[in-house]
Amino acid sequence: MDLFPLWNSLRIAGISTLIIFFAGIFSAYYIAKAPRALKGVLDVVLTLPLVLPPTVVGYLLLRLLGPKRLIGAWFLSVFGLKLTMTWWSAIFATTVVIFPLMYRTARGAFEAFDETLAYSAQSIGLSNTYIFWRIRMPYCKQGILAGTVLSFARALGEYGATSMIAGYTPGRTATISTTVYQLWRTNDDAGAFRWVLVNLAISFVVLLAVNMLEKKQRQTGPLRKAGA
Amino acid sequence: MSIYADIEKTLGDFRLKVKLEAGDEVLALLGASGCGKSMTLKCIAGIVRPDRGRIEVDGRVLFDSEKHIDLSPQQRRTGLMFQNYALFPNMTVLQNIRAGARREKDSAAKERKIQEIMDSFGLAELSAHYPWQLSGGQQQRTALARLLVSGPDILLLDEPFSALDSHLRFRLERELAEVIRDFGRTVILVSHDRDEVFRLSDKIAVMSEGGIETFGEKTAVFARPATRSAAILTGCKNISPIKKLGQRRLLALDWGMELETAEDIGDARYLGIRMHDLCFGPGENAFFCRLVSETENPFSYTLMFVNGSGSPVGLETDKSVWESLRCGETYIRLPPEKCVLLK
Repeated sequence: MDLFPLWNSLRIAGISTLIIFFAGIFSAYYIAKAPRALKGVLDVVLTLPLVLPPTVVGYLLLRLLGPKRLIGAWFLSVFGLKLTMTWWSAIFATTVVIFPLMYRTARGAFEAFDETLAYSAQSIGLSNTYIFWRIRMPYCKQGILAGTVLSFARALGEYGATSMIAGYTPGRTATISTTVYQLWRTNDDAGAFRWVLVNLAISFVVLLAVNMLEKKQRQTGPLRKAGA
Repeated sequence: MSIYADIEKTLGDFRLKVKLEAGDEVLALLGASGCGKSMTLKCIAGIVRPDRGRIEVDGRVLFDSEKHIDLSPQQRRTGLMFQNYALFPNMTVLQNIRAGARREKDSAAKERKIQEIMDSFGLAELSAHYPWQLSGGQQQRTALARLLVSGPDILLLDEPFSALDSHLRFRLERELAEVIRDFGRTVILVSHDRDEVFRLSDKIAVMSEGGIETFGEKTAVFARPATRSAAILTGCKNISPIKKLGQRRLLALDWGMELETAEDIGDARYLGIRMHDLCFGPGENAFFCRLVSETENPFSYTLMFVNGSGSPVGLETDKSVWESLRCGETYIRLPPEKCVLLK
């Protein structure tokens, strides 16, 4: 069994998770502080990929990144780089699709943060950077970790947008999900089933991890109230 | 003068307009919830930015809307303590206090300060505990230690006892009184508990609907609350609107009683008298009243009496007094010098 699709899926999911980890956290943090009207608009725009069919996301990405389109053509002329139909093209697709998951979980975690902690910290002279990394992030750690793991799992399973922007080339752009479809389409039922099992196993482990994180938060998390 | 604040802030329908000053003493902001007392602290600490005004601590300008001065909360050195103590949940007691000492750059001096404060607050044995492992009292001590080690110029304490059980309050109040005395500089204490305020403060500002109604030495404020809401907040339970009959004669409309007062009525609109200031027996301002209810307290009785068809007036008396007197009708007297005229 050629394991390339597994490796390819993992690296695509890994890289896009890394990107949305920072992008999601920072947009959640700054949008939470934005004026109400701007917040409402940004919130809708950033959550949109969560409800759009992946094929629509794929279509929109192709409109932007295709070799004859705005960004794609520019990259091609300046760097001689084609943004579609390579293995890393799928990163664009998965990043856009999983961004709302990270953004929303991070925002939920930040909204649960007790702001009096930040005010007290400012009052005793702690810098805003210190407060963010040493107080706010640890407080929201479990929520953010759960969001990250969930995003990773979703990235691993991305099919629609990926197949449109990266296509299916065995050994080059094939991912687990596109391989399953390809094998099933070509009547290799046993082959497809093997990859289905691989995918099930990974998803199972990931969801188990999310559940354990949430349980841990309930037991020892900062939300626990101390007795007087 | 150690603090001067004159600020205005509008937030939706709510308008805060406060002017206060205090020296090296304890100033209490007394008021019902939502009156703007916590917001006043937040303005001084730099968490909420006033629309207009000026804030000075020890002559240092923290905020001045005209000169466009607005120091960050970190630069202000205003030690603010919240009612939930806001200990960092991911840090131990020691780490919390160490976080408070980060302004001190000399590491030897820093460690010495941390050690001193841990010892004087009796926290040495708890240093490895996390906040959720501490009792309410220990949390308060940790919060105070963390605040003091940061070297504030002023202490701002927001409802310091509201998160505690009543049996703990009294002991912690004594502890806090000591901390305040050792601090020796301006302390602003926010509370809705009149007893707590009376015991801990030197000056009182009674707040209502975003403004200061009465401001003065604590004994004066309790003896002469000046306004109806200040009278209610300082624990006066008998209050009636009045009709002026003469310079020192009025009709208390609710109670149906014509009363003499010790002071000129002027433009007062209400009369207040504390329940323990009423007494039994005939004399000036005495009425033959009917008992309508009797409530037993741990060490006293609260009795409601009615004069004719008026609404009841409350009287609080020692158990022994009422137990020897108990009757359905008797003379109730409202001594003129105890009648407080209110606006």
